[in-house]
Amino acid sequence: MIKVENLRKTYRAGLVEVPALRGVSFEVDEREYVAIVGPSGSGKSTLMHLLGCLDVPSAGRYIFDGVEVSTLGEDELARVRNRKIGFVFQGFHLLPRLTALENVELPLVYRGVGAATRRKRAIRALELVGLGARVQHYPNELSGGEQQRVAIARAMVGDPILLLADEPTGNLDSRTGADVLDLFRRINETGCTVIMVTHNMTAASRAKRLLKIRDGLLEGDERV
Amino acid sequence: MDFATSLKMGLKALLSNRLRSALTILGVVIGVAAVIGVVAIAQGSQRQVTSQIESLGTYLLTVSIRGRGADKMLTSDDVTELTAGIDGIAGVSPVVTGSATAKYGTRKYDCSLLGVNEQYATVRDLQLETGRFFTQIDISTRQKVALLGQNVVAELFGLSDPVGKDIKLNGQTFVVIGVLAPRGGGPAGTEDDQVLIPVTSAERLVGRRGVSTFYIRGQDKESVKQISTAISDRLYRRFRDQDAYRIFDQTQMLQTVTNVSQTLTLMLASIAFISLLVGGIGIMNIMLVSVVERTKEIGLRKAVGATRRDIMSQFLLESAMLSGVGGVLGIISGEILAGAIASAIKVPAVFPWAGAGIALGLALVVGIGFGIYPASRAANLAPIEALRTE
Repeated sequence: MIKVENLRKTYRAGLVEVPALRGVSFEVDEREYVAIVGPSGSGKSTLMHLLGCLDVPSAGRYIFDGVEVSTLGEDELARVRNRKIGFVFQGFHLLPRLTALENVELPLVYRGVGAATRRKRAIRALELVGLGARVQHYPNELSGGEQQRVAIARAMVGDPILLLADEPTGNLDSRTGADVLDLFRRINETGCTVIMVTHNMTAASRAKRLLKIRDGLLEGDERV
Repeated sequence: MDFATSLKMGLKALLSNRLRSALTILGVVIGVAAVIGVVAIAQGSQRQVTSQIESLGTYLLTVSIRGRGADKMLTSDDVTELTAGIDGIAGVSPVVTGSATAKYGTRKYDCSLLGVNEQYATVRDLQLETGRFFTQIDISTRQKVALLGQNVVAELFGLSDPVGKDIKLNGQTFVVIGVLAPRGGGPAGTEDDQVLIPVTSAERLVGRRGVSTFYIRGQDKESVKQISTAISDRLYRRFRDQDAYRIFDQTQMLQTVTNVSQTLTLMLASIAFISLLVGGIGIMNIMLVSVVERTKEIGLRKAVGATRRDIMSQFLLESAMLSGVGGVLGIISGEILAGAIASAIKVPAVFPWAGAGIALGLALVVGIGFGIYPASRAANLAPIEALRTE
């Protein structure tokens, strides 16, 4: 489903060119549960941005779901993100002025789904993460774990084929972190590919495959 | 994205910063109110001046005879002769003016006396409240009959009916045959102070032959011009002196007044429009701040699938809402402002419906116009840059 060939990304900081990825190649099949690990500055976040179609590579090929992503325009990338990918971030990134329900509805809003259907699907997604009773709460009325579960519901509400998580347990204590990881396993078991970027080895050990990144290069690929 | 959802989201965003939104709206309110207020007052004064001129009578030519001496004056018969055979004349009336003391019983009133003929009512659009107007016989036989203005009736008769009563004008007895409908201001003070008598009787009563003024009413705008030219020719042939007479064309005057006041209105409205522009800059300012503050939100929205267009329209909608609300409130407060100024300077305020539409339109254009730059900045934010902001 994912095929990455010699992927490179160089950032420009003033006059200096900073290589973040220096040629990475791998493949990920459907239904896999992958953890990308590496120390900070290794380029794993950059890799995740590229995999999530949030950014385009400087060189190399990225084929996602049969489509060469580097050839897509900005609007097409937005469409891919909207329909095929769900994101979970370390800092939750919930919109503070919207209720849990409205936050979860957001991807469907940009997909053009009608209000009634949107609401029904968002409520179902919140029930699946165990927050059926909190739909009308605002993010600041929820605990960190609950906020992250709202974010997961938002990621899953549009039935994506790929769930991308960037340090999903980074802002949580170990118990709520474990709950979130359980949720990921369940999501993976329903058939959704999960890719998680982390430097937390406990979290990474829950995945079925480990991609190790160091200094912008792939250093190891282990299946558990 | 459907419009209802966009509207709801925009409203939430604006309400989350109530004071800031209110102040931004205030800028637009002041701009629109200034435009509306200025236009309302200007149109009100224009209408007042216009109606004063129109109260002279429509399609009216006023011919004043300024010459002195026997060879430079006209009698009422001369007026008839002078205007004979000119096309498009609806009516002609010579006017002999003077002042008189009217007496009824023990009551006295100093009024202005107008000697006119039977066509005067047509020429000047006079309405009678009671009684009848002069007939040609009244004129030709020098009847001592009189028509009274409202103030004269009030002073001499109070509430009783004056028709059929005898009054004395400078000692001579006249029978009141009618009362003029209230009319208000005219070129020579209020016409409600006048007493009208047949021109032939007036020439005797005032002790002066010769009319100082006569009025000609044309059938339409075009004929007024032709009549004016024809009369001017005839008068010149008679007097051989351009200074001996003057023809005042009311239609022309009206046109001039309208032109001048439209120019003034436009000028004042443009000045007021500047404050609307300043309001627009306020919107731009606040939207720019808002884009910076909401960088993270924009990034997240893009991550979950918002296109550049979605973000652009979200921010444009917000600035359009600010200016739209400002526009509507501005129209309301502009009307209130105009009403207050109008009553202070005693001019009627004319609420400019068209102007209100234009001002609201301008406010929206200003809001959207000044919203484009901040909105495109938001739309062009790269999603990862936006998400990185913590």
